[in-house]
Amino acid sequence: MDKTDSELLETIADLHGIPEGSFNIRKNGKLMARNSTADIEIVPKKDKDGIDIIVKPGVVNKSVHIPVLLTVGDFKETVYNDFFIGEGADVTIIAGCGIHNDACGDAEHDGVHTFHLAKNAKVRYIERHYAAGDGTGKKSFDPVTNIYCEENASFTMESTQLGGVTSTVRKTYALLGKKAQLLVKEKILTDNEESAVTDFKVELKGEHSRADIVSRSVAKGRSVQNFGSDLVGLSECFGHVECDGILLGGARIISTPKIDAVSPEASLVHEAAVGKIAGEQLLKLMSLGLTEQEAENAVIKGFLN
Amino acid sequence: MLELKNISYTVQDENTGRRQDILKDLDLTFADKSINVITGPNGSGKSTLIKLIMGFEKPTAGKVLFNGEDVTMLGVTERARRGFTIAFQQPVRFKGITVKNLLELASGKRMDRDDMCDCLSAVGLCARNYIDRAVDGTLSGGELKRIELAMAVAKGGELFLLDEPEAGIDLWSFEDLVKIFDRLRDKTVIIVSHQQRILETADKIFLFDRDKVSAAERGEDMFALLTRRPALCRRNVKENCYG
Repeated sequence: MDKTDSELLETIADLHGIPEGSFNIRKNGKLMARNSTADIEIVPKKDKDGIDIIVKPGVVNKSVHIPVLLTVGDFKETVYNDFFIGEGADVTIIAGCGIHNDACGDAEHDGVHTFHLAKNAKVRYIERHYAAGDGTGKKSFDPVTNIYCEENASFTMESTQLGGVTSTVRKTYALLGKKAQLLVKEKILTDNEESAVTDFKVELKGEHSRADIVSRSVAKGRSVQNFGSDLVGLSECFGHVECDGILLGGARIISTPKIDAVSPEASLVHEAAVGKIAGEQLLKLMSLGLTEQEAENAVIKGFLN
Repeated sequence: MLELKNISYTVQDENTGRRQDILKDLDLTFADKSINVITGPNGSGKSTLIKLIMGFEKPTAGKVLFNGEDVTMLGVTERARRGFTIAFQQPVRFKGITVKNLLELASGKRMDRDDMCDCLSAVGLCARNYIDRAVDGTLSGGELKRIELAMAVAKGGELFLLDEPEAGIDLWSFEDLVKIFDRLRDKTVIIVSHQQRILETADKIFLFDRDKVSAAERGEDMFALLTRRPALCRRNVKENCYG
């Protein structure tokens, strides 16, 4: 593990070297390190690139790290990871990906993650995307996340992309059973000519299922972000989508909500607000002694906190 | 000492193009170690004056002198760093920024729990319940107002501008509010207020009328100053109702 690897691992997964417990570290398409435990088993797929992560029923307060590093250009990979979370398990999954591309060729990682949560299972899924490097090659992520929650299962997704990613298309699909819950907290920062597309589709199938999607984004430079959400209420359920965006420079944010109350008992809400930083916020912070630039940074830092 | 010399502030009506004087040839002096309360009818330019002093707006004529230095052309940041401290009439909300973040930005240093407790308890809030809360729509108007005042306490300074500090604060907490003013007695404090209890704390009251500013000092019959001009209310009604 070299210095670049260490820096990427720290940024995307708060790791200082090889973690304890279950983990799978992948670098430039190859396995770098792996460890299975009695509670969380990691099995490589035979038919395609990827792994199965199997969490036994009743396993609680455990975590699994599956970071991916890309430090070369002219490289594109699609990886299929399937997660099987046993009944009553409660785990944290950290799945960051870091690209460091100093080359002129493009680097792209597309992770297709599918989660199967058995009854009463609980998952906190942390996904961080980060890219750096001085090359002219693109640094791209096109993640697909599929979530299937059985009765009373709960899935929390904390998705963060805070810079350097040339383009991303993020697709998330969830199917929620009875009393199942989905909570998504997404944070995206784009700059320069970067583009980010986010697309959520959630089917609230089970009675008393609940989805709450909160997206906060900051678009700088001439970057473009496109946020789409599609909530389908198929029974008595509650769904809420909130998209807040701050625009700086010549950036653009497009937010497209769709809510479909198939069941008359469904309650679905969409909120969206996009605009520059309010002048009064800057004035308040400047009246505390901050410069305009410092005030702007403080607002963005808090907003994406 | 803050001196305002021949201050005028004129705006242009966007629809009619007509120019309107909000403040005209104003000469005021606010002494060191004094609490000054500005009162007067709506639209008499009180909040505009606060904005001019803080540097949010520049006067169309006249000068602002602070301890002899001409600060008229200085921006908000420079004035804040010279000891100008303001509490807004309408506190600003921030998504994601916590009370702790704002207090630290105000004080310009990292604060431990005792430091924050000192600022928040001065405005009647318990630090434990508030420091990690975001300063957003989840806080009530009264809580936001108290946090706004706590920020002023945390920042410190030489000149305090408090625009209607009592707005949104329940009457039962007024005495706590007055205690904050007592804490600032060694500074220059300018408060915009209409509340009798706050007027009573003043060393000097300035009554703003559109064409005139009258002043009364402690020891003088301050309320006579107010009651001497009952025409103010009648004129306000007349202007609002009949244009």
